[in-house]
Amino acid sequence: MVTLDDLKGTETAWCPGCGNFGILQSFKRAAVELGLEPSGMLIVSGIGQAGKFPHYTKCNTFNGLHGRTLPVATAARLANHEMLTIAEAGDGDCYGEGGNHFMHAMRRNIDVKLFVHDNQVYGLTKGQASPTSDLGMKTKINPGGVASEPLDPVALAVAMDCSFVARGYAGDQDQLVELMKAAIEHKGFALLDIFQPCVSFNKVNTYAWYKERCYRLEDSYDPTDRLKAFERALEFGDRIPTGVLYRNERPTYEEAFPTLAKGPLVKQAVKPVDLEKAVALFY
Amino acid sequence: MDYVIRVCGAAGQGIQTIGATLAKVFSRSGYFIFSYQDYESRVRGGHNFYEIRFSDELVSAPRGGVDLLIALDKETLEVDIEELVEGGTGVYDSKALEKTMDDDRFVDVPMGDIAQEQAGSRLMANTVASGAALGMLGVPSEIMGKVIEATLGTKGGDVVDKNKKAGDAGHSYAKEHCPKCAFTVTPAGKERLLIAGNEAVGFAAMASGVKFYAAYPMTPSTGIITYLAGKAADHGLVVEQAEDEISAINMALGASFMGARSMTGTSGGGFALMVEGLSLAGMTETPVVIALGQRPAPATGLPTRTEQGDLLFSLFAAHGEFPRLLFAPGNPQQIFSCVNRAFDLSEKYQVPAIILTDQLIADAEWSLDGIDLDSFVFNDYRVRGDDFAALKEYRRHAFTDSGVSPLAIPGDAKHVVVTDSDEHNEEGHIIEDAETRMRMVEKRMLKKMPLIRNEMEQPELYGEEKPDTVLCGWGSNWGVLREVTDRLNAGGRKVAMLHFSELYPFPDYEGRPWMEALRAAKKTVCVENNATGRFAYLVRAETGFEFSSKLGKYDGRPFNARDLEKELSDGHVG
Repeated sequence: MVTLDDLKGTETAWCPGCGNFGILQSFKRAAVELGLEPSGMLIVSGIGQAGKFPHYTKCNTFNGLHGRTLPVATAARLANHEMLTIAEAGDGDCYGEGGNHFMHAMRRNIDVKLFVHDNQVYGLTKGQASPTSDLGMKTKINPGGVASEPLDPVALAVAMDCSFVARGYAGDQDQLVELMKAAIEHKGFALLDIFQPCVSFNKVNTYAWYKERCYRLEDSYDPTDRLKAFERALEFGDRIPTGVLYRNERPTYEEAFPTLAKGPLVKQAVKPVDLEKAVALFY
Repeated sequence: MDYVIRVCGAAGQGIQTIGATLAKVFSRSGYFIFSYQDYESRVRGGHNFYEIRFSDELVSAPRGGVDLLIALDKETLEVDIEELVEGGTGVYDSKALEKTMDDDRFVDVPMGDIAQEQAGSRLMANTVASGAALGMLGVPSEIMGKVIEATLGTKGGDVVDKNKKAGDAGHSYAKEHCPKCAFTVTPAGKERLLIAGNEAVGFAAMASGVKFYAAYPMTPSTGIITYLAGKAADHGLVVEQAEDEISAINMALGASFMGARSMTGTSGGGFALMVEGLSLAGMTETPVVIALGQRPAPATGLPTRTEQGDLLFSLFAAHGEFPRLLFAPGNPQQIFSCVNRAFDLSEKYQVPAIILTDQLIADAEWSLDGIDLDSFVFNDYRVRGDDFAALKEYRRHAFTDSGVSPLAIPGDAKHVVVTDSDEHNEEGHIIEDAETRMRMVEKRMLKKMPLIRNEMEQPELYGEEKPDTVLCGWGSNWGVLREVTDRLNAGGRKVAMLHFSELYPFPDYEGRPWMEALRAAKKTVCVENNATGRFAYLVRAETGFEFSSKLGKYDGRPFNARDLEKELSDGHVG
């Protein structure tokens, strides 16, 4: 049995009060409830405060480059589709630097769980606007306020027919644990966008700001209706719904490779086979 | 005997089909083949050619001059005609080209009409042209029939039959009407296989145990992913077309981290996008092989043409200091060996390896007696299964005498495998302290580098033992330099070729015969397909040696033996 002790990581370097703590704690609770062995999961992360996440728990870890979590995670799954693969990214990381990969991961429906720590600001580089920053938010680079419309990751994901789309909030850990479990248990690509207050650099979207707006989707909500889901995904203002916004069932990307029908790539014979057959084709 | 056929026309006219058919026919007839392609960056139109050189002796470069010109467009009759050697012949269709040649070297073959009559479609004029060329050379039409069956078999019996009919008709027309060919081609021996450079790269990767290949299409390297994608299901590979080159290299690293031998391929522009990922491979010590098919740059350059301009770029690309391997094969055997060694050494030392080709050898074809599968090395350097589980503890970046840490398969044991693009400790966790940083740099770079250097093969010294002149080159110029060396020596000069296919870490040189030959020679020439002599720069940086002259070509076209000999004779050679 996996306990919280088994998931102990190195000492954190996050600011006191950071929303990331709620995400980390929720993840550990979800992992214990699902019985996830550290050696049975891979967390791929990028750069930013979210990128440090895997070091603060215990798991196989590839903490790569800014924005490039999804290509690494996608190929890791193709190499071993029996390994639970989670991508931890920030809003700048995933929606800015890595935006192209985000779209293509949804298209592929690779069975990767993407947890985006969305604090609507750049933390590690000290307070610049992110792709999800509110219109008009003032930063040192945008003294006149941010002039670009914020990217709506969940609406974009529903538009892309992403097979699992959810939104959580670091301040509602009970729900976040359930959303993480649902994402992990979902077959296919799962986006979980998590509001994460940045206590150092985001003076707009604070704990109080989120608390006032976030509400759990009602139990009667049907996440399989794509048009309804799009409508709810667009709800971002005085009221913001959290929960599973959309889900569908479709084949995963791994299933499209004939080679993988025989089992994970890394479990197959490492030595090259049947080369004579390939040579004969050159005649 | 040394014969050159050039098939010219617009893109979309089927010159590739003709060229590929002829090359296959000659290699099946037992000849040595070297073919290469010259094409524009467009899908339809333009003026392109496919040149096949065949001989009863090894040929591995463009020769210069054309013996048989097959003209499918008017431009051929104005441009390529200049290349026709004395006694050469041209074939064209006056009706299709709306031009009649008042030149008795040219034979008018109504290819379009024959195709229409025999196969019911003018589109098969290219097959008629192939048949006509073979008829003129006296090659039995049965061989062509077999090649058509082999190459078009999957398209169905009707397509095969019509093409055979068209080919036969071209063949008999030529036999009847074109008595001009100076000689006839008779089968020269055992059937040879025919392999293109990109295919050789893909095959060698398979023979080296590649499991995962991700790439974004880019000329001239697309042929590698095309080849491997066709083999994926039968040979247990995963081949993925990435959304961009940044993704491609990060994918290769992700799969490699999980335990699969991985590779990516691109050209200079795509490699530029991969540079950050290259640095990631260096920091995380993740093995990866990158095929870099060079083409003329900067920027988009001449997308379908050839150049050796990316040597120093590939050597210095990426931020920070870490070891890398650079290979530059110049013929199929070197492609097999370089790709195989790239995989082996990349895994052994956990460093990235780059294979530099260029458009010339990516698209070129050679005939071979066969492929010696035993020559491919396969060592498994990974810690897997029970061996991993038996370890008491595991640290991905453990300090060792060699600097090489155990590379384990995540999931094969209870231990976790951790790596980071940030500087990290032995476990793979992020650190900030100076002491660990220094020890990691020493481990990654300073300890491994001399070990890797010791692995590098010496360059090939060919020709005169005590040369007055040394012609130096690298990569794709192997064939042309070897041939020019032979030609110059046949003319009474004392010349040697010095060719490098393993470029970096630069091979050991002190006291080596080739370094002595360079130092003793009266004249030393570095011949490269670039403007400034990138390899000459590397040699000087590594050894202090300065060539007496440099000969560069930067028009986007490859050297040919005839012109290079002439140019070298003009002052470069002693």
